Amino acid sequence: MMEALSLVPVPTEAEALRADVRAFLDETLRDMPPERRAQSWLGFDATFSKALAQRGWIGLALPQAYGGGGKDAFARFVLVEELLSRGAPVSAHWIAERQSAQMILRYGTEAQKRFYVPRVCSGDAFFCIGMSEPQSGSDLASIKTRATPTASGWRLKGQKVWTTNAHRSHFMIALVRTSGTTDDRHHGLSQVVVDLSLPGVTVRPIEDLTGERHFSEVFFDDVELAHDALVGQEGAGWEQVTAELAYERSGPERLYSSIVLFDTWLEHLRHVKADDDISLALAGRIVAQLVTLRSMALSVTAKVAAGESPMVDASLVKDLGTELEQFIPLALGDAIASATERDAPPALLRTLAYVTQIAPTYSLRGGTREILRGVIARGLGLR
Amino acid sequence: MNNLLTQSFDRLLANCSTPEVVRQVERGETHGPLWARIHESGYLDALVPESAGGAGLSLADAFPLFVAEGRHALPVPLAHTMLVRAVLASAGIEPPAGALAIASQVRVEHDGAVSCPATPYGRVADWVVVGMPESWLLLPTAGAAMRNTGIHGSLRADLRWPAHSHQTLVAHGAIAWREAGAAIAAAQLAGAMERALGMTVAYANERIQFGRSIGKFQAIQHQLSVMAEHVFAAHMAAELGCSGRGPLPHGLRAAVAKARASEAATITTSIAHAVHGAIGCTAEVDLQIYTRRIHEWRADFGSEQHWSRVLGRALLASDAESTLAFMRADLIPLLEEIQ
Repeated sequence: MMEALSLVPVPTEAEALRADVRAFLDETLRDMPPERRAQSWLGFDATFSKALAQRGWIGLALPQAYGGGGKDAFARFVLVEELLSRGAPVSAHWIAERQSAQMILRYGTEAQKRFYVPRVCSGDAFFCIGMSEPQSGSDLASIKTRATPTASGWRLKGQKVWTTNAHRSHFMIALVRTSGTTDDRHHGLSQVVVDLSLPGVTVRPIEDLTGERHFSEVFFDDVELAHDALVGQEGAGWEQVTAELAYERSGPERLYSSIVLFDTWLEHLRHVKADDDISLALAGRIVAQLVTLRSMALSVTAKVAAGESPMVDASLVKDLGTELEQFIPLALGDAIASATERDAPPALLRTLAYVTQIAPTYSLRGGTREILRGVIARGLGLR
Repeated sequence: MNNLLTQSFDRLLANCSTPEVVRQVERGETHGPLWARIHESGYLDALVPESAGGAGLSLADAFPLFVAEGRHALPVPLAHTMLVRAVLASAGIEPPAGALAIASQVRVEHDGAVSCPATPYGRVADWVVVGMPESWLLLPTAGAAMRNTGIHGSLRADLRWPAHSHQTLVAHGAIAWREAGAAIAAAQLAGAMERALGMTVAYANERIQFGRSIGKFQAIQHQLSVMAEHVFAAHMAAELGCSGRGPLPHGLRAAVAKARASEAATITTSIAHAVHGAIGCTAEVDLQIYTRRIHEWRADFGSEQHWSRVLGRALLASDAESTLAFMRADLIPLLEEIQ
């Protein structure tokens, strides 16, 4: 049986960072409307990312030797929770900082670390992650994109899809097959880093249901890669990706996606002096869930900081977290439209519509609900 | 609080609060020997300050003990007694002997009679703490008109004391007893739900249908994963509710604890019974010992809706500039309240 997560505090040194971050966000987000802030980690703003980098806030917890801030996971927790809870447009550097740089530091060669990580930390290299393909979603091991060895390195052929930010990133870390066939499942997969400006790479943005373009399809038509495109061991791609997903599923990233909407609604309730039982109970229910999840996420962060790989705990927190993120727009949609005696401000309605439309993606990215529940079931001893 | 203390407490309860003992007490057989064991164990004054002869544990220290009480469905009010004795000691009042329970609902009638419907542990407590706006009373159950609630197996009782009862102890100053009761109930819920989860996982692995254990079916796995998520969340919320250095909880944190744990109560009991099938609804199988309590504790001291309203009112009245700022100011314990 798994042991319950327990309450951990944020150390004082990590808390010390908060005031600076808040002052910076007060200034930079002042004129940004809520429907734009609600995009959060889909909000792409290279200038904002650059400004963060100048303050040392990209790669805060990465080693100083590679351009990072050398702080611990708790400092990053504080920074990220302030950024996300305010709806800062973090998308440009998000994946590079949180997954790609970590992955390169863990599996890359010294030369790869020295080349990529400082560029990530300075806000000059944006990454995307090439996992899904047209016929491979949750069944990731069935991917067909292949890197064939050549005299000078690798020749890449295939297609990725639903790749967040591919059309505005410099590099992709792609999971590809380097040996065997799809029948070999988890064996014969590798990770390669692809410079998206190379000949043979075609990136086509896909318009999403909100009218934005946040993901793309990417075609590799005999793209020539050098030997050093391989990250980590050839054939160890599956293990590497699994470890990467543990990072993806931990931290405060899976609680705050709908918080800008929630805060915008609260502001409206305060403005109209609402005190009906339905609004009060709904607001309270959401905050009870949120503060509980925040404590759970912090506890998972502490485990990661202690060198553990809390795959099951992280899956559990992510599944509950995305459930709350998805509950908020649906419940607020009902609350707002049932209070017909109160006119909801247009910005609140735009924010509500955006979050309602995009919320289904919250439980798709980084492993679907069904995959996570399978991971938890294994942790419970059921598989 | 050290783990050894929690472990030895857990062993004590595993030993003396067995499902058979719980059933006996529920049937109305004496709880005297059980209470004597608890009394001898020395835990009654765990929260009493060391200066007053107690162990000086904080509420946060006692949290795992409250959870263990839920895990073993202890049919006497030990957590209530621990907390009330600590408050009495702080007020300089010599605690009366016996089991003390906190009233969940209080009605003062026109003539001054006090009535406490559906008092948790009302059938097995010797004294009941009753919160009033400006004071609080300690009333002996021996002096109350006691009515059984008529609920099968329940240890609750409807209690009523006529005006000017002789043995009443009166203490001045308002104490948020409802919040204290809510924080304890949340921790007990966490323990009982943890136990129900363990039983349900074990059953899913044992029960064979269609040639394999039902735990191999994805539909069952996903239900149990959801149950585990809510058990974990309830545990964390309850720990938040019991954070702090003194014996009494922080009001809004108790609200979080009870709102979240009570919400988990309905989901976890539904899944536990669904997976167990018909046998889970029998008197013979232990699951019902826990699920009946989970439903009671969900309601005692206010359900999820009640505490959500309390929280929502505080959130709307707050001048914090964001939900995160509100949580940090009013809900998230400080470093020194955890360690």
